[in-house]
Amino acid sequence: MLARTADNLYWLSRYIERAEYVARILEATHRVATLPVGYAGSTNEWESALATAGCAAAFFAVYNDANEENVTEFLAFSTANSSSIRHCFEIARTNARAVRTALTMEMWDAINGAWLEIKGFGAGPRRRDEVARFLRLVQESSLRFDGSAYRTMLRNDAYWFSRLGVFMERADNTARILDVKYHLLLPALEHVGGPLDYFQWATMLRSVSALTAYHWVYRESLKPWLIADLLILNDQMPRSLASCYENLARNLDQIARAYGRQGPAQRQARAIRARLENSRMDEIFQSGLHEFINEFVADNNRLGATIARQYLM
Amino acid sequence: MANVMTASLGGAALFVKPPLSAPAAFDEMRGGDGAVRPAYAELASWLDGISPEGLLQRRREAELLFRRIGITFAVHGEAEAQERLIPFDVVPRILSGAEWGMLARGLEQRVRALNLFLKDVYSQREILRAGIVPEDLIFRNPLFRPEMNGQKVPHDLYVLIAGIDIVRVDAETFYVLEDNARTPSGVSYMLENREIMLRLFPDLFSRHRVAPVENYPDELLATLKSVAPASASRDPTVVLLTPGVFNSAYYEHSFLADKLGVELVEGRDLLVRDEVVFMRTTEGLKRVDVVYRRVDDDFLDPLAFRPDSLLGVPGLMSAYAAGNVTLANAVGTGIADDKAVYSYMPQILKFYLGEAPILHNVPTYCCRDVEDLAYVLDHLPELVVKEVHGSGGYGMMIGPKADRETLAAFRAKLERQPHGFIAQPTLALSTCPTCVEDGLAPRHVDLRPFVLMGRDRVRIVPGGLTRVALGPGSLVVNSSQGGGTKDTWVLDG
Amino acid sequence: MRIRISHDTVYRYESPPAGVIQVLRLTPRNHDGQYVIDWRIDVSQECRLDSHEDAFGNLTHTFAAAGPFTELSVLVEGEVETRDTQGVIEGAVERFPPTLFLRETALTAADPAIADYARAIRGEAGDGMLDVLHALLDRIHRDVVYDTAPTHAATTASEAFALRRGVCQDHAHIFIAAARTLGIPARYAGGYFRRADELVQEEGGHAWAEAFVPELGWTGFDPANGICPTDAHVRVAVGLDYLGAAPVRGSRYGGGAEALTVALHVDQAARQMQD
Repeated sequence: MLARTADNLYWLSRYIERAEYVARILEATHRVATLPVGYAGSTNEWESALATAGCAAAFFAVYNDANEENVTEFLAFSTANSSSIRHCFEIARTNARAVRTALTMEMWDAINGAWLEIKGFGAGPRRRDEVARFLRLVQESSLRFDGSAYRTMLRNDAYWFSRLGVFMERADNTARILDVKYHLLLPALEHVGGPLDYFQWATMLRSVSALTAYHWVYRESLKPWLIADLLILNDQMPRSLASCYENLARNLDQIARAYGRQGPAQRQARAIRARLENSRMDEIFQSGLHEFINEFVADNNRLGATIARQYLM
Repeated sequence: MANVMTASLGGAALFVKPPLSAPAAFDEMRGGDGAVRPAYAELASWLDGISPEGLLQRRREAELLFRRIGITFAVHGEAEAQERLIPFDVVPRILSGAEWGMLARGLEQRVRALNLFLKDVYSQREILRAGIVPEDLIFRNPLFRPEMNGQKVPHDLYVLIAGIDIVRVDAETFYVLEDNARTPSGVSYMLENREIMLRLFPDLFSRHRVAPVENYPDELLATLKSVAPASASRDPTVVLLTPGVFNSAYYEHSFLADKLGVELVEGRDLLVRDEVVFMRTTEGLKRVDVVYRRVDDDFLDPLAFRPDSLLGVPGLMSAYAAGNVTLANAVGTGIADDKAVYSYMPQILKFYLGEAPILHNVPTYCCRDVEDLAYVLDHLPELVVKEVHGSGGYGMMIGPKADRETLAAFRAKLERQPHGFIAQPTLALSTCPTCVEDGLAPRHVDLRPFVLMGRDRVRIVPGGLTRVALGPGSLVVNSSQGGGTKDTWVLDG
Repeated sequence: MRIRISHDTVYRYESPPAGVIQVLRLTPRNHDGQYVIDWRIDVSQECRLDSHEDAFGNLTHTFAAAGPFTELSVLVEGEVETRDTQGVIEGAVERFPPTLFLRETALTAADPAIADYARAIRGEAGDGMLDVLHALLDRIHRDVVYDTAPTHAATTASEAFALRRGVCQDHAHIFIAAARTLGIPARYAGGYFRRADELVQEEGGHAWAEAFVPELGWTGFDPANGICPTDAHVRVAVGLDYLGAAPVRGSRYGGGAEALTVALHVDQAARQMQD
């Protein structure tokens, strides 16, 4: 297939996945913002939302201070923020148009319909229920798109490249939340264990849609090392780094098999996957959680560049 | 292009619109005398059995279907969504097998002549030396591409895909109104219209034997593969080159690429190395042998034509010159569909084929000719005047409909720049029953059949795109100016 | 005169491009006034150099060099023996009748200012076509100041004429536009010019015009120098305008900004040997 088509499919999936992630962050932040100050902590949860979305620098170039109104505007609706949900959908739809024939009708409908609805949310101040409705819409649209892809696409390179986009973006997002919040998971803080921590941890899990999963997997109250385990090493958890890499490696293998040739992307993905498989949480804490995450982010970026070089240009 | 006709409506009882007083145009269903013509017999009786309300209901269904199915083709930006919803008329236009047979022979003859003309104009120029076509009409024509001079084109075929616009004035007479030898569009409507009709009117189809058109993409692919360069592999790689999503015909490009099963590429997907064209794929560079290009000459290669073009492929023309890629259509075919060259088509046909034309031109006055110009200036109010390089119904004047000022303005233009214009008599073009708000009424139609010229043979799917001027008495069928389309049926036998 | 030419064009890339493709019109052909003794083109990157003749009879070379590389040089050098024919070209390759060279192009379209200028000059010069052309040559040389600053490769004849400034390319375009509005077939000629005064060389060669005079055939006019071409001119390519005769038309895939340096030496070969 055309490299540009693969590139479009890959980024189309990445943007939808990113939009969903930003929507989850906003939803979780709105929730924690309704808590009394004693529970939510003294830190500004809106600043924290920006950092988790990776948009802090861009935001403070425009605004001086982060509050519910302007952070919501910036992350959800802004046309100036290239990672805003609206913008993600707009780019996703543009990409979809350019590869219209590589998509199934269901996928196109999902993305075109979502864009038309999202565009319907105009500018101006918004009520909380409106915002909530918007965030729901985004998450449902993402699920619909993902489901359409899963249920209707032929299992060929078009499908695998679109999957690669999903998992690259997902790994990137989970890594970012770990990078921003790693201090909450450090053993040194363990003894604090007050309600403050609980809500911070819960917010973090909600951002990656893993709060319920946590309880099913560990059947325990929230513990930082278990949270870290869930987000990094637990391959049952769809947004964990381990699970993302299992999928990346598998999809890259499918491509290699179909093309009868493998390259650096396959080797890099397998190496990262093996490292995640062979790591144990206590070792990671011992040699430094932050260092581990930093290294992962660098590896993940490198793989992204390799995939682009090998297939997308 | 624009079709022009004297304002007139047929007077058959079926029609609810009162006839105007102008002389009657030939109605393709009711003929000149009001008697239903044989090809339309079944349709007429079917129409008799359906109420105006029933017909409108079908039209609404068609619209719904178009929005639903059409939408899958239309990759609707706002502008394109409008483009897509070109009105569709549910009453088919019918040609008998015999009528079509004559048309098909005439079309094939014409496209053969166009190809021979192009080959000659870009190599030996015998027709110029013989004094049949004036030299400066070619050499000073912006549509002539000096860059193509002496250039060998695979299999000597220039126009592989032609859209020839045909109008009819009576039971026997069809005229060629215009040749489209560059990148004729509209074939997707022909295919879609038939799909919609098959869904909506299975009963009507069961009463006729209608020649299919759905094999057009297959025929197109076979044509394109047949003209692959000699250096191509046995199964040549064909791509469709589009200017991109912002082009108004993008949906047709993506629709066709999909039906052909070929890659829809943009200029940036292709590159030229050692005079061979490659596309960038996920498996590396892949050689391209045939480019069905929907990008204009000017933008094809920034190293040969407009240097500011971002739509083209740098070096494409050098690969073309080396004979390593076929462009469909060839570069420089515009000179064959120039309106001034059109007026020489009868002589062109005779010169290359030694045959009399099966399909005639509309009588045309070439204003560059002093005598013709004098006639045109004397008869301006009766004539249609067209700009030689104009298209889409712009830059033209319809004498009988023009007011005094317009006439004066065109007279001045003609005197100042006679080279730029041709003139034709206003024709009483045929009409077809068409579904309007309050029932059926005759509306003027034209026909654009698509002719595919392969190395092995000529392929023409029976029918083509019928365009209909929807306004009562309206003369212009262009979609940009309120025209609609109809399904075109060619009956077996 | 025996003229030795060395023309080295070097591109340096800030970040390496994935590839470069170029079409060169850098090889002179023989005609009665010039004989090519020796000529070669050397591209510094490994690539195939494909040679063809274009529609106007110019020799072209095309290459596509696959990156990455940080520097690319195209070196052209050779020797040409020339003879002064008072600008009259005989024995050259002609692929079109003169009528073709009445075509208007974007770069040579005459606006009303050029058309008026041309008509006024014809009014003064009288009916002889050669007189008119010589008057055009003198007037453009006098009225359009040589200045490298305000114009560039895409400047049209009308734009340069409005400024009354430009380089040889602009002088040639104005001459061509004016001649064509008077119904005289005219075309662009590109090549090299040996300056006797040893002043600065123009970057990337020289350009002038040719007009078709029925009794003489194609005849050169060099409005930048105010003369008809002599044995100091080496004629390389002709076209309807600069784009048709451009020495280099190229395109680059990827990479950052590029810096271009041209080292051009046009010398009398015999004298050089005495050095």
